[in-house]
Amino acid sequence: MCKLEVENLSVSFSHYDRGLRQQMVEVIHGLSLSIKAGQIVAVVGSSGSGKSLLAHAIMGILPGNAVMAGRICYGGETLNAQRQATLRGKEMALVPQSVNYLDPLMRVGQQVRIPGADQVQAAQQRNLFERYGLEPGVEQLYPFQLSGGMARRVLLSTATLSGASLIIADEPTPGLHHEAARETLLHFRELADEGRSILLITHDIESALTVADKVAVFYAGTTVEIAAAEDFAGHGERLRHPYSRALWNALPQNQFQPIPGAQPLPGQLPDGCVFAPRCPAASAECSEIKPDMRKLRGGMVRCIHAS
Amino acid sequence: MIRKLLAFLGFKAVRLASLMFAISLISFMLVQNSPIDPVQAYVGADAVRVSPEQRAQIAAYWGLEKPPLERFVIWSSALLQGDMGTSMIYRQPVEEVIGERFLNSAALMGVSWLLSGIIGFIAGVVAAMKKDTWIDRCIQWYCYTLASTPAFWLGLLLLMIFAVWLGWFPVGLGVPAGVLADEVTMADRIRHLILPALTLSVVGISNIALHTRQKLVDVLESDYVLFARARGETGFRLFWRHGLRNIALPAVSLQFASFSELFGGAVLAEQVFSYPGLGQAAVDAGLRGDVPLLLGIVLFSALFVFTGNLIADLLYRFIDPRIRKAGVR
Amino acid sequence: MSAHQAGQWPSAAPRPQINRRRRTLTVIVCTAAFIIAAWLGGYLVNLEKLATNLQSRNHAPSLQYLFGTDWLGRDMFTRTVKGLGLSIQVGLLASVSSGVIAVMLGLLASMGKIADRIVSWLIDAFLSVPHLVSLILLAFVMGGGMKGVVIGIALTHWPSLARIIRAEVMQLKSAKYVQISRRMGRSSWWIATRHMVPHLLPQLFVGVLLMFPHAILHEAAISFIGLGLSPHQPAIGIILSESMRYLSMGMWWLAFFPGLCLLLVVRSFDVLGERLRGLVDPRRSRE
Repeated sequence: MCKLEVENLSVSFSHYDRGLRQQMVEVIHGLSLSIKAGQIVAVVGSSGSGKSLLAHAIMGILPGNAVMAGRICYGGETLNAQRQATLRGKEMALVPQSVNYLDPLMRVGQQVRIPGADQVQAAQQRNLFERYGLEPGVEQLYPFQLSGGMARRVLLSTATLSGASLIIADEPTPGLHHEAARETLLHFRELADEGRSILLITHDIESALTVADKVAVFYAGTTVEIAAAEDFAGHGERLRHPYSRALWNALPQNQFQPIPGAQPLPGQLPDGCVFAPRCPAASAECSEIKPDMRKLRGGMVRCIHAS
Repeated sequence: MIRKLLAFLGFKAVRLASLMFAISLISFMLVQNSPIDPVQAYVGADAVRVSPEQRAQIAAYWGLEKPPLERFVIWSSALLQGDMGTSMIYRQPVEEVIGERFLNSAALMGVSWLLSGIIGFIAGVVAAMKKDTWIDRCIQWYCYTLASTPAFWLGLLLLMIFAVWLGWFPVGLGVPAGVLADEVTMADRIRHLILPALTLSVVGISNIALHTRQKLVDVLESDYVLFARARGETGFRLFWRHGLRNIALPAVSLQFASFSELFGGAVLAEQVFSYPGLGQAAVDAGLRGDVPLLLGIVLFSALFVFTGNLIADLLYRFIDPRIRKAGVR
Repeated sequence: MSAHQAGQWPSAAPRPQINRRRRTLTVIVCTAAFIIAAWLGGYLVNLEKLATNLQSRNHAPSLQYLFGTDWLGRDMFTRTVKGLGLSIQVGLLASVSSGVIAVMLGLLASMGKIADRIVSWLIDAFLSVPHLVSLILLAFVMGGGMKGVVIGIALTHWPSLARIIRAEVMQLKSAKYVQISRRMGRSSWWIATRHMVPHLLPQLFVGVLLMFPHAILHEAAISFIGLGLSPHQPAIGIILSESMRYLSMGMWWLAFFPGLCLLLVVRSFDVLGERLRGLVDPRRSRE
């Protein structure tokens, strides 16, 4: 059974067009993915493609002008706003992007502990800090006094301490040097091996692959492919979608071939397949029909030509 | 820490000195060019019965025949020794008049400062927590309307309702008329204080409420509150843990930095209720051409405003950990 | 908290939102119309009604005398409209002059380090004395009257706008396109007129508009105190100050309506200024 299932999720915002017209812009559309217990699923896509919104939608903390549709299941139960509110911080935990997500005027230790924490929790927090290599003095610091790596470990501690069985990590590695990034990801692997489910949202496909079990490739507000981590190998022959292949081959240690063109902006998506304008294999059909997600070779793909 | 504080205070002292010098120079120059004859102002209504010799004597007494620059030097050096001259209308040293009047004004301003601070802060918090609901709209509407309300008109309305119609409060003055000074009780003083203080605090609410609302709205939209919500914190506990911590200091600072508006408001409130404070003295000095008193009040009010701003600065510098601990990393 | 949390989101339809821009435009047009009407009204009123008419003294508000009459039988509605016109005129004169001072000093501050120091020092000096106290001093120095009020308000209200302009010019000067123009050998004048002015004009316009409410309120306050416009001019401050003597007789209408009208005009200016600022400079607007 899956811990988390997202089906056909869409998130839109109301937005002002030129002049006096108001319209809705869909930032995420038709997104589906699932995570089993003990699994790490990486959602990979280029920066600024709305990946963070996915995390916020699952947690139920989207801004007020966002409208959301689709279905999110947690442990077999369909979530609604009330249910999300009760699960937040207990069953589901977020590891946010940066130190800006910590209250600037609260000491770190006090912040990591859940409000109204008892002595037991304080001890747990100290143990965690030790496990993550944070000195005891760190809990007395304010967030602005933390280095990038320290901040990351503090944020990770918040999720670990909550005991949540689903952890959503939103870009946990940027700004860290290679070694520190690797270490952070290994911490996630440890957590997954303890039986928790991890949703790892990142633009860094290379380091995500070192720990992930499954990879969901995110493009222009939707998933175009879901593949096992092992499928990312060689020249990407086992990958199902041309964008995944292009992303893989753009890495420096592979062919270092950039993809021509740019990702379409929300609200200006092509009529057919979102990748069609940049796709080397696109046919006339591709720019007419929006392909559905379909099962293929143990994964999922959103492409009519994939085989 | 102590050394930082001392350095900061030293810097501020230099600033204050230069500011006071600038203000005294500018206001002295302005007053010199006034079309009002100071001798005339001094003798007032008796002017017709004053002979030219007497005029010259009075002018000599005030040092009016000397050139302006020399007079400025004389006046400012006396000022440095704490001698602000003699008030023409009260026939009393200016520093005594100011001291006496300021005590009255301080009671008035202190009460309304506290009231407007507390009510304004709470109103701002409520508005922000209930953002975009009718409560928020009402509070905002009320604040913007108050910001456009002439303070003295509000005073007149209160006077009309509570003193004239309902008769709950006296119509004016700091103490009952016709009662000897030592027979005035504390209760009398308080009764005479309530309406002016109410006027002044109602006007002061809008600034602090709108500011607090905006600050709290920003805080509630911040990444760290988003994260706190992701961790399951909601409602009042969220406000208590993250909101209050991040808005209290700016609000208190703002309240200290608003001494200028407070003083201006007090001038009007005192005028409406004939409350014998410093503001009323300022108006009298202006109306009747009491130059030494007017200059004294200008300098004193500048000192008052400076003190408020200094406290606001100090609060930020020595309480906010981001500034207090900057560079300690 | 957020909209979708209130209900069951999976079935939530997009909530139709009020179109904010259209509302802004409507508000701007309405307030502007109201202000212009109040201003022109001051010129168009029937002067006969301002004359003393001892037969109709101390009337409470009625259909014939909307705002009542005073102790000399003068129609308070006419006096109020006249007073509003006067207030708007004084406010206009004072804030435009203040705007001119602000621009000159703001530009001066951006010329060089020393000039900047001097201007900052001046700004600090002017901001350090409560406005009303400096107004009393200036009104005393100018000997009261219209001239005193206008000069007083002009001299006390410029610092905040000068600050904005100074910051704006500083920012423009470091902008890439201005630096490129300079490298290309464009003259300072060319840069000032082609690059700076188009950016500063809207800011300045809104700044002056937002200075209006303060100017009018201070004009009324200083007239109320007795150091402003002369008692022969029916400014709102004068009307209110005169009404004080009759309040204890229960003639509430003498103070109530003129003050309320002043409040409406000031609020309209404020709304107009804020809405326009929202259009010109969304970052600094308060909505």
